[in-house]
Amino acid sequence: MSKLKLVIGVVAIAFVTLTAASCKDAKTEKNNSTDHHSEMNANGDHSKMNHDNSDGHHDGEKKEMAMSGDGNPQAVLNDYFNLKDALVGDDNAKAKELGAILATSLGKLDISKYTGAQQSDLRDIVEDAVEHAEHISESDIAHQREHFKILSKDMTDMVAITGTENTLYQQFCPMYDGGSAWLSMSEDIKNPYYGSKMLTCGKVQKEIN
Amino acid sequence: MKAVKIIAIVLLVAFVVIQFIPVDRNQSDSVPKTDFMLVNDVPSDIKDKLRVSCYDCHSNNTQYPWYNKVQPVAWFLEGHIKEGKSELNFNEWDALSNRRKASKLRSIIKQIESGEMPLASYTLIHKDAIFSEEETKQVVKYMENLKDSL
Repeated sequence: MSKLKLVIGVVAIAFVTLTAASCKDAKTEKNNSTDHHSEMNANGDHSKMNHDNSDGHHDGEKKEMAMSGDGNPQAVLNDYFNLKDALVGDDNAKAKELGAILATSLGKLDISKYTGAQQSDLRDIVEDAVEHAEHISESDIAHQREHFKILSKDMTDMVAITGTENTLYQQFCPMYDGGSAWLSMSEDIKNPYYGSKMLTCGKVQKEIN
Repeated sequence: MKAVKIIAIVLLVAFVVIQFIPVDRNQSDSVPKTDFMLVNDVPSDIKDKLRVSCYDCHSNNTQYPWYNKVQPVAWFLEGHIKEGKSELNFNEWDALSNRRKASKLRSIIKQIESGEMPLASYTLIHKDAIFSEEETKQVVKYMENLKDSL
């Protein structure tokens, strides 16, 4: 009798273990699909945001870019500036969100109207920038700022090719990581590398038109 | 007493059973031409250090000690290798553009300097993977130079 119990017990546990093991795979898959889902959400929000932007364009000047916010460099820049502002505000959670949004808009950047050499540069820039934006979407704020530094370089190089609709200011903080630059729409210094700790550290290095 | 015995047997059986669940092994016979060591002139002591400390998770070839073939350790390891390779695969180094190489080198330097890499869960078992202060300096300096030469 006790032997029978034992055998039943063993079989039951073996079954549970196997189920647990296959659950592990299922869980990974589920996680993946959640990721996709959140990406899609970010996507959705993003296209909404872009709509707002493109409406803005319509009001200001009629440009063919304004026809669709998605895919134009201005949409990428806007997301970059939003991310910068989150870092200025020491807001880790918001920066995570905005990093994911930036990664999506970078992925949508339309490079078809540029020359072959420009296209290959842009592809390279985008690939690098996406990786940094993705890291920002899953890191603590110190790491976010590290990645933001290189991301800023990528954005500067992108603007050098695509140009910009608005005047941008390349700003520079000599203290962070041996000197680090970022882009801003405003001349005023608001330091994304230090946030409230040293909000006004830095100077305008260059005006980009 | 009987209950303890039953539980022990059950655990043992479960342990044996999970050994039969297949796992993808990260092993490859050939080293691609794009490997970090093949395209860069890496001093031999740095080569050894990178192989021991990094290549298990950041290349197509993991040196599996016996205990890493045992479940559930192997599952745990598999996840790390997958993630590690997607961040950085030394075997595919030269497929990256200079911009991406510079980005990766920056990350490599930061991670080694801050002690985030190699992972504590890895060095717990692989004591020889730990970077001494001297080794950290040496490798960081090499990576800095490489970055500047891009």
